[in-house]
Amino acid sequence: MADIAVPLVASAAKPGQFVIVCLKGTYSERIPLTIAGSDAEKGSIRLIWQAVGKSTAELGHLKVGDEVENILGPLGKPTHIEKFGTVVCVGGGIGNAPLLPIAAAMKKAGNKVISILGARTKELLILEDEFKAFSDEIIIVTDDGSYGKKALVTEPLKEICQRPDKPNLTVAIGPAIMMKFCCATTKPFDVPTVVSLNTIMIDGTGMCGGCRVEVGGQTKFVCVDGPEFDGHKVNFDLMMKRMQAYKKQEAQALEEYKKHRCKIGL
Amino acid sequence: MNKNFYSVAKKDTKLNEQQLLDELLKKYKDGTLKPSDRYAIPPQPMPQQDSVKRRSNVNEVALGYTETQARLEALRCLQCKNAPCVAGCPVRIKIKDFIAPIVEGDFQKALDIIRENSLLPAVCGRVCPQEVQCQLPCTVGKKFKDVDKAVSIGRLERFVADWGKKQHEHTIPTVAAQTGKKVAVIGSGPGGIVVATDVRRAGHDVTVFEAFHKSGGVMVYGIPEFRLPKAIVQEEIDQLKAMGVNIICNFVVGRTKTIKQIMEEDGFDAAYIGVGAGLPMFMNIEGEHLVGVYSANEYLTRANLMRAYDFGKGADTPIAMSKKVAVIGGGNVAMDSARTAVRLGAEKVYLVYRRSEKEMPARVEEVHHAKEEGIEFHLLRNPKRILGNSEGVVTAIECLKYELGEPDASGRRRPVPIQGSEFTIDVDTVVVAIGNGANPLIGQTTPGLELNKWGNIIVDENCKTALDGVYAGGDIVLGAATVILAMGQGRTAAAAINEYLKTK
Ligand SMILES: Cc1cc2nc3c(=O)[nH]c(=O)nc-3n(C[C@H](O)[C@H](O)[C@H](O)COP(=O)(O)OP(=O)(O)OC[C@H]3O[C@@H](n4cnc5c(N)ncnc54)[C@H](O)[C@@H]3O)c2cc1C
Ligand code: SF4
Ligand code: FES
Repeated sequence: MADIAVPLVASAAKPGQFVIVCLKGTYSERIPLTIAGSDAEKGSIRLIWQAVGKSTAELGHLKVGDEVENILGPLGKPTHIEKFGTVVCVGGGIGNAPLLPIAAAMKKAGNKVISILGARTKELLILEDEFKAFSDEIIIVTDDGSYGKKALVTEPLKEICQRPDKPNLTVAIGPAIMMKFCCATTKPFDVPTVVSLNTIMIDGTGMCGGCRVEVGGQTKFVCVDGPEFDGHKVNFDLMMKRMQAYKKQEAQALEEYKKHRCKIGL
Repeated sequence: MNKNFYSVAKKDTKLNEQQLLDELLKKYKDGTLKPSDRYAIPPQPMPQQDSVKRRSNVNEVALGYTETQARLEALRCLQCKNAPCVAGCPVRIKIKDFIAPIVEGDFQKALDIIRENSLLPAVCGRVCPQEVQCQLPCTVGKKFKDVDKAVSIGRLERFVADWGKKQHEHTIPTVAAQTGKKVAVIGSGPGGIVVATDVRRAGHDVTVFEAFHKSGGVMVYGIPEFRLPKAIVQEEIDQLKAMGVNIICNFVVGRTKTIKQIMEEDGFDAAYIGVGAGLPMFMNIEGEHLVGVYSANEYLTRANLMRAYDFGKGADTPIAMSKKVAVIGGGNVAMDSARTAVRLGAEKVYLVYRRSEKEMPARVEEVHHAKEEGIEFHLLRNPKRILGNSEGVVTAIECLKYELGEPDASGRRRPVPIQGSEFTIDVDTVVVAIGNGANPLIGQTTPGLELNKWGNIIVDENCKTALDGVYAGGDIVLGAATVILAMGQGRTAAAAINEYLKTK
């Protein structure tokens, strides 16, 4: 996690938007990260990520006071916030981070907010207290049962959908597979479900089409048309395949990077 | 042929060239040089990098004329009274006037004359489609009934511009006294660069806002190094900075701030929108979402701007390690993608185009170069669907054969599919290079701006939009067009902005 000073981005950032971070130099990878919070007064934004590749691992090795090359944003369309009634906010793993400002804004708009936070294990659960601060109801689940209930997020989500006063909206942010199953869960109950997609991205301005997904049979660009979409229309299977595109090469780069760091004794 | 013999032969041509030039110059000075002498001069070929060697490097392919070649080529120009070439040039460079001093070896004078109309001669000399512009109506080409034999105006322009760079000719344009007025230039492509220069010259404060982390627009993220070295574009950007133009990168107008905010909150008096086309079109066929299918923009950006060819060696952006690549399209973007694929190590590169070679919108030189580099052309063919394996990775494209029918709206004969002519080509990568539409971001976030049905901004003859103080030009107005047209509109818009600011 990091708070980064970028006054221009901070003053414009709205819940649901993201930035693209360039670590250093002209040729480093451009990493899209959803904004987990912003403070216009301090001029900073909060980013939270998980080290999955070389670039995110490098990002994690930054120390307080370090600088990143540049941050582009805020990108994407902000979340549509209004008073819907009851809103279920489902976060999985690192997805809790971008979900936080959205859930808070939903509460502020007068909604009843039920938060379901999931993680693989206790240590990986983030932002629980922050969510507690405003949620009307909070449910914690872990895959291994080390904390909260041993379940997947879809289990409590289904129970909530079965309640007599079924929710008016679900917002689900997390790994693609989690969002896919959240959508499959809410669909039979006709609960509208918004998901925030985190695809491969290059420019983030609609220029390359690398972030394209199929929504309702049409091609959409996540960076300009999203990142949020009607989850019931998203072709998750296709999206997950596309996200695997560089897995081999990225794993190789991460290995190299780790080896390199060991060698120089970090 | 033995190596020695080859170098001797080369030396001989050089000697012959020099002799020929001396003889011609003598006649020229005596005033006895006749048009028939000029016609007899062989069109000077462009020296170029060996077609095998260049497959594995990204260095520039066309090396540029020698001084002798340039003067010989300049002597081919008849100095026609009516100079039909000038009408073919979108910015009306005084072509015969700049060619004449080349004959005499006064390259500075030639450069000054070009500069009156064009700010980016080193770029335009390299990338303009001269064969459909100034060289198309050239009298010499007409005489031989072959546009390839026209005076090579573009190569001469490039020669003069490169000569200027070699002299370290960094004449920074003079800037008038500060007016205290502020102008925002949105997008740092060729149009934006020209507007920034001309408006800054008039003494206004100029800030360029660029979404990417590097300035230069398509000239840096699209057109590859082997055709337009990045250093050339960088010099133009450095010149802007030296003139006192502010350049802010990583600023997406419409997201970081809207045009309205820039004008109202930040006190800019006028703005130029030069954001380019930048919305890749897809074919909307089955399989286009498979892994290994790229838009040309993505493919070229990964390769160029992010240097994916150095992945793991200082660059962190991966690109497919392709062995067999199919590029769909017939324009410059398609040629650039195919030739980039060759340089990224592909063993087979196919270019699939639905019309015939005659209709290809790419510059002829690029088509020649692509063929020399071993790219296999599949003309009158078009993909019907893209096939993939169970992991969602491309394995082949299925194409249909086409024939040319009646001319369509563009005047080109419409390609018609031949039923039942399906065949497949095995590939692991498909690059879609069929054009770019207008990026909707500015339109969506700027109320009051008028757009046509394709999303291009509507402007009047001064490049003014429906909003006061807001001007636009280049690809966002014209649809995907050319560097020179963007430059031309930049000039027009800058003049109008300078005029407008006088009244404010
Ligand atoms: C691969 C390729 C090859 C080409 N080859 C040739 C050729 O050989 N000859 C030729 O004449 N033409 C060629 N073209 C076309 C030519 O490059 C364009 O017509 C020309 O660059 C258009 O210039 P422009 O001023 O409109 O801006 P562009 O060069 O399109 O640049 C626009 C800039 O604006 C930035 N931008 C976009 N949106 C925003 C925003 N919201 N906020 C801030 N900045 C923004 C972009 O990042 C970009 O840097 C080629 C194009 C491509 C893609
Ligand atoms: S038309 Fe050709 S020959 Fe005539 S002035 Fe122009 S370049 Fe020279
Ligand atoms: S990231 Fe390039 S179009 Fe979305």
